[in-house]
Amino acid sequence: MALERETDDHTGVETTGHEWDGIKELDNPLPRWWLWVWYGTIAFSIAYWVAMPAWPGLHGYTKGLLHKSDRAEVAQQLAALDVQRGAGAAMLRTASLEQIEKDPKLQAYAQQVGQSVFGDNCATCHGIGGTGGKGYPNLRDDVWLWGGKLEDIQYTITHGVRTGADGARMSQMPAFGRDELLKPEQIDDLTEYVVKLSGRPADAGAVARAAPIFATQCSACHGPEGKGNQQVGAPNLTDGEWLYGADRAAIRGQIFAGNGGVMPTWQGRLSPETIKALAVYVHSNAGGQ
Amino acid sequence: MSLWKQHAKFERHSLLLIVGILLVVSIGGLVEIAPLFWLQGTIEKVQGVRPYTPLELAGRDIYVREGCYLCHSQMIRPLRDEVERYGHYSLAAESMYDHPFQWGSKRTGPDLARVGGKYSDSWHRDHLMDPRSVVPESVMPPYKFLADKELDYHDIVDRMKTLRTEGVPYTADEIANAKKDLEAQADPFSTDAVALRGRYGAKVVNRDFDGDPNKITEMDALVAYLQMLGTLVDFKSYKAQAPENQR
Repeated sequence: MALERETDDHTGVETTGHEWDGIKELDNPLPRWWLWVWYGTIAFSIAYWVAMPAWPGLHGYTKGLLHKSDRAEVAQQLAALDVQRGAGAAMLRTASLEQIEKDPKLQAYAQQVGQSVFGDNCATCHGIGGTGGKGYPNLRDDVWLWGGKLEDIQYTITHGVRTGADGARMSQMPAFGRDELLKPEQIDDLTEYVVKLSGRPADAGAVARAAPIFATQCSACHGPEGKGNQQVGAPNLTDGEWLYGADRAAIRGQIFAGNGGVMPTWQGRLSPETIKALAVYVHSNAGGQ
Repeated sequence: MSLWKQHAKFERHSLLLIVGILLVVSIGGLVEIAPLFWLQGTIEKVQGVRPYTPLELAGRDIYVREGCYLCHSQMIRPLRDEVERYGHYSLAAESMYDHPFQWGSKRTGPDLARVGGKYSDSWHRDHLMDPRSVVPESVMPPYKFLADKELDYHDIVDRMKTLRTEGVPYTADEIANAKKDLEAQADPFSTDAVALRGRYGAKVVNRDFDGDPNKITEMDALVAYLQMLGTLVDFKSYKAQAPENQR
């Protein structure tokens, strides 16, 4: 390998002095535009260190001349958003639920807020259109477990159901089968009784045997006629709407295990005025009372 | 320009080149990484953040094992739309006991940094068993086996000890009672739950997370973990606008 630089006859450019198997390499300089872009990036990085938060030190980091802070910026943006929402949000804060629903402008505003918040937070359980599913109540019908008035809905959203927290709606149906409060054949009879309550044909003998059991075990919450009680979230058993299924197996399973759904509390996660808008949205899209 | 000519020495001795590269790269590392070990302001001072309970820790290990982080981040960025959707942006303090952290870099599913308490236990169960039963448009795979598989926690004490060497402040009392605490948290009627709360705070709940009272399953652990995500920091006492908390 020769290390002597020589000038190439054809181009007049010096070689690097390397030679491999008779091949020599021309030592052309870097393209000037490329070199200046590279110098430019170095200059930019130095300017960046000065302007932006950059260098860590012994007690902190350099804040930069611009004092840029993502956290401060997002706080400003959120404050600006609050101003932007201004009038509508302020009205939601002060107006009563009835006023919101009666005033067409406020109602339209609440609908918009409610719809977007519902899609983001509620639809996960209650379904995209609010039609619910097994164990998750349908919010498009006129059947209510904990009350369908505006205030009831607002309370349920605010405090949740069976969360264990103070103020949450609370009730617990006994697990008549699992905890052996009733014998299996009594549960069979009760199942027939509940089927009969919902207006479907059922075994008359079983219904007669179950009547006294229903009166002592079930009527305290579901009422003597099985019409339910919204104070304790006990469903109406005569309306043909079923949270855990309409067939005998599902009804029997519910008497056996006493399922009860949990709804999270939304205070803290959603603002009071957002909850108001949500209550109006749910109320007006279902058969609110 | 004679200084530039010196570069030829590096070009012609590979060993010298390697030493030179190591030197330059370690300057970068020293300047960027080393200060994080002594700078006290990196992690915000907050109330409420504690190490994971044994059951939550077991759940977190399942979260890592199943690669949940490949589709779910746990990092709400300080951007308006993210704060509007997910809640307060994530703080460094919230993942200071995470080894490794679960910030993630991709969101095929939503961010989970504040999913704790947003849905019910039974929703998480339904959703993990068959995601499309509750979210029809979901592309998440089902994790039904978690509900059947009993949780293996024979080594939970070792796992906590390992984390302690990493700097997680588990006390001797917490490590000694790890198994008891784990069992207590999965049992709504446990008499040991008071002691569990004494060790990890009043907000710790003991529930039957998977709805199966007969055994402690991996579902129990994972749901317990998901239900505490993002719930620890006391934001009432946290001063987001204080200069030391600006980034």
